[in-house]
Amino acid sequence: MNEKNILEKVMAEFPGVAFELIEENTDHPYLVIPAERTAGICRFLRDDPDLRLDALSNLSSVDEGEILTVVYHLFSYEHRHYSVLKVRVPRGAPDVPTVQTVWPGAGWFEREAYDLMGINFMGHNDLRRIMLPDDWVGHPLRKDWVEQEEYHGMGTSRNEPMDVLPLADAPEKEKQSD
Amino acid sequence: MTEFITEEMTLNMGPQHPSTHGVLRFQLTSDGEVIHSVKPDVGYLHRSIEKIAEKVTYHGFMPYTDRVDYVAAMNSNFAWALTVEKLGGYQVPERAEYLRVIAAELNRISSHLIMLGVMAMDIGAVTPFPYFLRERETINDLLEELCGARLTYNYIRIGGVSSDLPDGFRDRALRFLDHFEPIIDEFNRLITYNEIFVNRLANIVIIPREQAIAWALVGPNLRASGVKWDLRKDEPYSIYPQVEFDIPVGKGEVGTVGDCFDRFIVRVDEMRESSKIIRQCLDKMPEGEIQSKLPRQLKPPKGEVYVRSESARGEMGYYLVSNGGLNPERVKIRTGSFSAMAIMEEVSKGIMIADMVALISSLDVIAPEIDR
Amino acid sequence: MYKPMSLVPSGEPGATVITTRVDDVLNWGRANSLWYMLFGLACCAIEMMQTGGPRADLDRFGAVPRPTPRQSDLMLVAGTLTYKMAIRTKLLYEQMTEPKFVIAMGSCATCGGLFSPGYSVLKGVDKIIPVDVYLPGCPPRPEALTEALIHVQRQIKRSRPLRQKHEDTKIIT
Repeated sequence: MNEKNILEKVMAEFPGVAFELIEENTDHPYLVIPAERTAGICRFLRDDPDLRLDALSNLSSVDEGEILTVVYHLFSYEHRHYSVLKVRVPRGAPDVPTVQTVWPGAGWFEREAYDLMGINFMGHNDLRRIMLPDDWVGHPLRKDWVEQEEYHGMGTSRNEPMDVLPLADAPEKEKQSD
Repeated sequence: MTEFITEEMTLNMGPQHPSTHGVLRFQLTSDGEVIHSVKPDVGYLHRSIEKIAEKVTYHGFMPYTDRVDYVAAMNSNFAWALTVEKLGGYQVPERAEYLRVIAAELNRISSHLIMLGVMAMDIGAVTPFPYFLRERETINDLLEELCGARLTYNYIRIGGVSSDLPDGFRDRALRFLDHFEPIIDEFNRLITYNEIFVNRLANIVIIPREQAIAWALVGPNLRASGVKWDLRKDEPYSIYPQVEFDIPVGKGEVGTVGDCFDRFIVRVDEMRESSKIIRQCLDKMPEGEIQSKLPRQLKPPKGEVYVRSESARGEMGYYLVSNGGLNPERVKIRTGSFSAMAIMEEVSKGIMIADMVALISSLDVIAPEIDR
Repeated sequence: MYKPMSLVPSGEPGATVITTRVDDVLNWGRANSLWYMLFGLACCAIEMMQTGGPRADLDRFGAVPRPTPRQSDLMLVAGTLTYKMAIRTKLLYEQMTEPKFVIAMGSCATCGGLFSPGYSVLKGVDKIIPVDVYLPGCPPRPEALTEALIHVQRQIKRSRPLRQKHEDTKIIT
């Protein structure tokens, strides 16, 4: 089954849900699904005998300004086909239901997306920071994230070596000013 | 007989621990030697590579991909080059494709050498490790001739490779392979079928096929669980369709399919296959260009791609979003070690602490791939 | 030129006396038994491993890896130090016994190197612990690491441990 057929099958299975099928500017056509239906659609994709998308190949998050996007790359080892889903959530309330119950491997991917992009996966059993320390401020992969001056007394910048060690043949005036 | 009273204790392992393959930390709760639960704590090597990718150019990100997986840097370079080439539709000369595969497979061997040597050392056999480092040094020399670096190569470029084979490389590479292939047998005699070694690995932490797929295990770890899936064969890229090789899968030779021993032996067999691939590539390689003409500053069209390729630790996927500018909009790197580490929590309940050390090394996790 | 140790004939046939200073004997012992902590952080750890391996063989200089900070004299900060790890690194350094030496191996440990634009990377290990030898390279070759070790040995041989101690504790002033 090719990727478009899979997505059309999903659209036929869930009538009345606002789907958006996008084929431009991408190597895999993808389906934008409403956040609240994520878990149900994912479970259908995994369990349907024609689809059997049994592995979550990748889960990414993208900052698109007002909207944060979660991208699911799914793969079926049984039928050897792909499928891509996207969930778009507003920046102010980035709540997405977890798919941990569908693919247990999603747990860590979701923790990473939470840590770095600040997406709140509802129903996740262990939604903690994974990469950064627990007392870190903000979610650094967001475009508007600003670095702090220091972390636990360690400065986050380093002087240019040329400022600290002036060249031997630098003009006299510059040396004095240092 | 009176009942023996035991109590649960919490044990901290790492981040500075000789057998955790870089900076990883585990919080164990155990009752004596039996583990009740494991909480892996990663991120000690989170170097913000994905954020840096948004600040540098497409060519400029190549050195960073070396550091995503420094044990198999060529494969990581390869994955990034494939991703950008797919996004921009850039062509690669045929000779460059052969050079890429030779370099990537040499690197795969040297990566597996580290893994196997370290695994033997973790289990208590120190001798194989220097033997394997000796072979690895020779591969390092070959790759250094090719690109000037021993570990972080930056050899594979977008649209080709950085330099052609030096004089006499073919003979030296063949001489190394002639020397190396019998070494694998010697290694098997030295350690693989040693009785204590087999007992330490056989039937330990069996990961069945369905569990491996559900937890998104990839590469040799997945193949050890009996799934015959190799991107080089099943979703071929570059010139892999033109070379012949087998995909070793776990057979449960001394225990059950998917145990630690299978994860070990799959990698031993993969080195043989890599060696086969290198021989064919050296024979078939055509003359010609090694780099296609591309502008110094790439501006791929607006769009997104997800490209997977087979690295030494399994599937390495780059999800790349481009806004049509000089820098990528978003790069997400999906690595094999990340999901291998995620499964630790699930599979290590009820095993011994010493078996957990065997499990960590059999999954072949390295810290930068988990943390990036 | 001052010779740390000289052989003096003792008068008896076949026997000699070595004259030296206590400082030099201590330095000689310290410089030639630099046990380094097995502390691999990132890419440089692989080169550190290969330096200890069969070809470069750091054992020749009396340097052997120790898995615990309490038995080591030398800390090789081999790789990128993130903030999360930096706190632990400081703790490890404090656990080492005096005299202790630090080599900042690789560009990342020296100044942040390639990862300076990153948000989670400490820009140079000297922000948290004192460094004796800076070793540039990404990663440095095993030969370079051997050279850095020799530099530490030279620093040790130049030092005056006894006098240092008196000055520190202000017994003789």
